[in-house]
Amino acid sequence: MAYNLKEVMEKPERLSGGHRMCAGCGAPPAVRGILRALKPEDHAVIGSATGCLEVSTFIYPYTAWKDSFIHTAFENAGATVSGAEAAYVAMKRKGKIDDTYKFIAFGGDGGTYDIGLQSLSGAMERGHDMVYVCYDNEAYMNTGIQRSSSTPKYSDTTTSPQGSVLPGKQQYKKDLTAVMAAHNIPYVAQTTLTSNFKDLYEKSEKAIYKKGPAFLNVLAPCPRGWRYETPDLMNICKLAMDTCIWPIFEVEEGVWKLNYKPKKKLHVSEYLEPQGRFKHLFKKGNEHLIEEIQKDVDKKWEDLLRKCGETI
Amino acid sequence: MAIRERLSGNEAIAVAMKQINPDVVAAFPITPSTEIPQYFSQFVSNGAVQTEFVPVESEHSAMSACIGAQAAGGRTMTATSANGLALMWEMLYIASSSRLPVTLACVNRALSGPLNIHNDHSDSMGARDSGWIQLYSENNQEAYDNFIQAVRIGEHKDVVLPVMVCQDGFITSHAVENLDLLEDEKVKAFVGEYNPEHYLLNTKEQIAVGPLDLPNYFFEHRRQQAQAMMNAKQVILDVAKEFEKVTGRKYDLFEEYKLSDAEIAIVIINSTAGTAKTVVDELREKGIKAGLLKIRVFRPFPQEEMVAALKHVKALAVMDKAEAFSGVGGPLFADVKAALYGVADGIKVINYIYGLGGRDVKADNIELVYNELQNIVKTGQIGETYRYVGVRE
Ligand SMILES: Cc1ncc(C[n+]2csc(CCOP(=O)(O)OP(=O)(O)O)c2C)c(N)n1
Ligand code: SF4
Ligand SMILES: [Mg+2]
Repeated sequence: MAYNLKEVMEKPERLSGGHRMCAGCGAPPAVRGILRALKPEDHAVIGSATGCLEVSTFIYPYTAWKDSFIHTAFENAGATVSGAEAAYVAMKRKGKIDDTYKFIAFGGDGGTYDIGLQSLSGAMERGHDMVYVCYDNEAYMNTGIQRSSSTPKYSDTTTSPQGSVLPGKQQYKKDLTAVMAAHNIPYVAQTTLTSNFKDLYEKSEKAIYKKGPAFLNVLAPCPRGWRYETPDLMNICKLAMDTCIWPIFEVEEGVWKLNYKPKKKLHVSEYLEPQGRFKHLFKKGNEHLIEEIQKDVDKKWEDLLRKCGETI
Repeated sequence: MAIRERLSGNEAIAVAMKQINPDVVAAFPITPSTEIPQYFSQFVSNGAVQTEFVPVESEHSAMSACIGAQAAGGRTMTATSANGLALMWEMLYIASSSRLPVTLACVNRALSGPLNIHNDHSDSMGARDSGWIQLYSENNQEAYDNFIQAVRIGEHKDVVLPVMVCQDGFITSHAVENLDLLEDEKVKAFVGEYNPEHYLLNTKEQIAVGPLDLPNYFFEHRRQQAQAMMNAKQVILDVAKEFEKVTGRKYDLFEEYKLSDAEIAIVIINSTAGTAKTVVDELREKGIKAGLLKIRVFRPFPQEEMVAALKHVKALAVMDKAEAFSGVGGPLFADVKAALYGVADGIKVINYIYGLGGRDVKADNIELVYNELQNIVKTGQIGETYRYVGVRE
């Protein structure tokens, strides 16, 4: 069925408003976009790692989640949801449940790239029929913007502060999507918020309804940590795509496919400049740092084009 | 008719698991509990159970998966030892505070470091404040019986807490002993169906588990959890009565061995109670009034009952197979002494640390303890209260 934005938007929300995430945060629209891909008649068990999303949506005695929800700790959303899925399989086998349930785990980049990587890897390798979604805001936001292995090089964070000697984080961002693709699971995809939410919707639908484990990596900007103007959320996402800093692609049954190729590839400075976390790169004398970032992006983009069988 | 079998302690637990036929078992290998998931996965491979076996990549994930599964509405179990239990630490507290009656077979082993695979109680003693009910087992029969009862205790509506069933690594886990098994149908009837009040996979209501719980509610939730632990005592006794009806085997909060008229006694946990009982018998033959109290239920701590059972004793040695590094004694000692304080102050109470890291505990060691107690009674002098037995110094 062709994607129809109006129809999709008319589905009842499964994450209700009134939660306490910041205005302009990328995570809630990402979560809502993903949950819209659930068929209305299907139930879901949603899990979340500790992080901004969890502490802002389920503060006792209120929950913003319309589906059954579980949070246990920071590093184990993969394992926790895999346990719920295992119970479902057993209870179905024993005839205790008729209805269809889908299992979706959310984790921030800290809970996914770092402390929860083992738990995620285990859950995917074991083949549970579940989706793990990383809402990637490129730092530990909940504890006050500390660097993670997802934080891009030269970002100014509270544990990789830019100073008189060091210009922010010293390491490149980990390529987690490729790590997950190397698990050879049925579906892995990378996306962000696009103007009509089509890419996110279609990838979520595949991830949820393809049998077996799936992993989605969704760039979900954080206006507090990235220090951009709150209304600029969608623009920042677009610049991430158009500079090829955050390519949009999927790996379905081992086949890599590019889903978006900018008509004109923009220079990385267009993405970096509106964000306070990169402000120091625009000081005189730091031009070479920006060029270093550009070179890295170019190389990774070419690698990706090759993997996807695109012309370079 | 009961089934006579010869099984190791690990196999006895695995057989109990098979007979219970839980929804989910999630486990990770560690000596000396490894055989439990090994036996169990064979039952899965042979179609002897309908359980979903989750071969997780760590014990942290084992407990996380158990929590997810139990919250989903499944009856869930695991097994571990030492470092495995330590890796679960964070999740042990989350299981109990989320009020999820997971059942865990803890095959006691010394907690690293240095690395040591042999028995002591430092693993489960370290978890004593995690909100889990703890049952201890002297032998394979008790391990089997406790494990079946644990399911009923944890799931009881007045309790709803996870239960840890402990036995001594290698000493009972790997020793083959005669035991009586229940028939499958009897186990099935005894544990019944798991029907939680609220669960994730309930199509009639959605629930949310594991909130951010701020100061306006957290304290009340802790209070309720503490109440559940207090309630567990009566439930443990009731379940034991029912179990006795089915099996003829009697269980209590602790076992008293020649204690009612004893002048000197020890308090002990798990397999060493067997050795100590033979020492008591020998002493009794010599006319020495020795007795023994063997803990079965350590959490909740059976304070009043223990005081009633011990109050006539003149000198008492509390035996700890774990260091607590408090500088003044082991964990069991602290609890027993606190229980007696102000209500049985006449008793002279000393502590012995014994058998750490699998050091053999011989009848001689236990005899020495009773001799010391006799001396204390004779001289009226208690001396040092924090002592070691069987160590080279
Ligand atoms: C074991 C453990 N270590 C540390 C923490 C503290 N902590 C909670 S959330 C968090 C950071 C979360 O970062 P991320 O996963 O990126 O999510 P975000 O808040 O950025 O959305 C940290 C460090 C914790 N809860 N548990
Ligand atoms: S701090 Fe950032 S990630 Fe957290 S809620 Fe606010 S905008 Fe979202
Ligand atoms: Mg983050």
